[in-house]
Amino acid sequence: MRVYATVAWLGLRKQATYALATIAGAFTNTVFGFVRAAVLIALWQARPGLAGYDVGDAITFCFLSQAMIAPVRTLSGGIPELAERIRTGDVAIDLSRPAGLQAWWFALDLGQAGHGTLFRSLPPLAAGALVFGLNTPADLATGVLFAVSIALATLTSFGVRYLVALGTFWLMDDRGLVNISTLAAMFCSGMLLPLNIFPGTLGEVVRLLPWAATVQVPIDVYLGTTGGVAGALAFQAFWAVALLLAGRLLTGVAERRVVVQGG
Amino acid sequence: MGPVHAYLRLAGVWCRALLQYPVSLAMLTLAQTVGAALDVAAILIVFAHTTRIAGFTEPEVLFLYGTAATAFALADTLVGSLERIGAHIRSGWLDVMLTRPVSPLVQVAVDRFSPRRLGKLAPALAALLIGAAGLDVAWTPGLVAFTVLFVVSGTVIASSIWVVGAAFQFIAVDAAQASNAFTYGGKELTSYPMAIYPRDLVRFTTFVVPLAFVNWQPALYVLDRPDPLGLPEWLRHASPAVALATAAVAALCWRAGLRRYRSTGS
Repeated sequence: MRVYATVAWLGLRKQATYALATIAGAFTNTVFGFVRAAVLIALWQARPGLAGYDVGDAITFCFLSQAMIAPVRTLSGGIPELAERIRTGDVAIDLSRPAGLQAWWFALDLGQAGHGTLFRSLPPLAAGALVFGLNTPADLATGVLFAVSIALATLTSFGVRYLVALGTFWLMDDRGLVNISTLAAMFCSGMLLPLNIFPGTLGEVVRLLPWAATVQVPIDVYLGTTGGVAGALAFQAFWAVALLLAGRLLTGVAERRVVVQGG
Repeated sequence: MGPVHAYLRLAGVWCRALLQYPVSLAMLTLAQTVGAALDVAAILIVFAHTTRIAGFTEPEVLFLYGTAATAFALADTLVGSLERIGAHIRSGWLDVMLTRPVSPLVQVAVDRFSPRRLGKLAPALAALLIGAAGLDVAWTPGLVAFTVLFVVSGTVIASSIWVVGAAFQFIAVDAAQASNAFTYGGKELTSYPMAIYPRDLVRFTTFVVPLAFVNWQPALYVLDRPDPLGLPEWLRHASPAVALATAAVAALCWRAGLRRYRSTGS
């Protein structure tokens, strides 16, 4: 276990090296937060109470979704460093380590996410709170459940992205998969618009996909608009476990069947 | 070799290289198309719940989105590679470019040129045409020409913002993300009527970073609507002049940045 803690710490340190990039990223998330918020405010002014949200809920939704980009890595699509190591063959070194490939990369991802939480989530939230006065969780229990929900969202997001990165073993080039994965994450997670205003069958389908577990569900837990917190967390846990198991199985297949690149 | 000629030659070289992997290029282009189509889908979802946002109808918003997305897609294709200049500075590659007899601005802008970015054009133009057809506007040849001219001006303004963002990276090498707030953020902002934004933000985008001239001001003329801020009507015809002024400022910023450039060395 200690080795994974160290990997996570190094991931955090690595991210901390690029302080200016972090500030620039937080600035961009904040700007997008305000632009997206304006669209939602205009919609909720035209349709107060749409989908069970009031204007305050919609604004809070918008800034929370921007704040979750760095910790949950909602828009990463894949794991570029891992895909690059698979492409070049460096992954052979990772595979010969006395540590699991999946757990190793999750630890690294988690360290970087931890850094992102501190330095890229708080600025947009603070700016949104200053200008609009964001909603706070109803009580302490809701806050705790939100933290659990974010943890499950992080696991689900990693589960999808790890599968995408492993795809490089077979495709050699992960760009196509990463593009598809990023678009799906953008549209089906709630980043673009809250999923509960998607109409008809489209709405029913996107709310069942794993991406719903990464943004829409945690924010509903925060706002208290889930219609059953236990069910919401169970939905996230289902996708997290299913995706991580799939990743584990696929890692085994890749270890046995795939010829590592290299000269 | 003039800069335009050099740009076209180098862009042609990159296209030939990319065509060695036609399936890959087709998939990456398709991804760009789908991405832009999802933007349009978001607008349609919003209008599934209401007939107007901030007083603007669905065709009007599609027209605004279409003009903005077309201008930004063209600018991204032409000069979007500029945002990677920080990586060229860090790796020392910019030094190599400076020894060549072609403008470094052209070299960085055309680096890894890819027609895939044009994939965004199809949904953008579709939104523009569907929006334009749905407007309660008599499309005279003059008005069509006016629209084409303001989209071209918008492309120049958007490209200038990319150049300023690149010049900023001479001072702050890791700050590529900050210019994203103005390039991709600018596209996001101009996709919807400015009437939905706070008044101070609209003033900022009119008088400081001239995003309002990419589509908002000239579109007010096409849509024949009063300016929510009560700004003078001649601003609606100012896009070409603003584009020239923005390009001049961008050129000055680029020169100032390049003059400050010190190689990272080793």
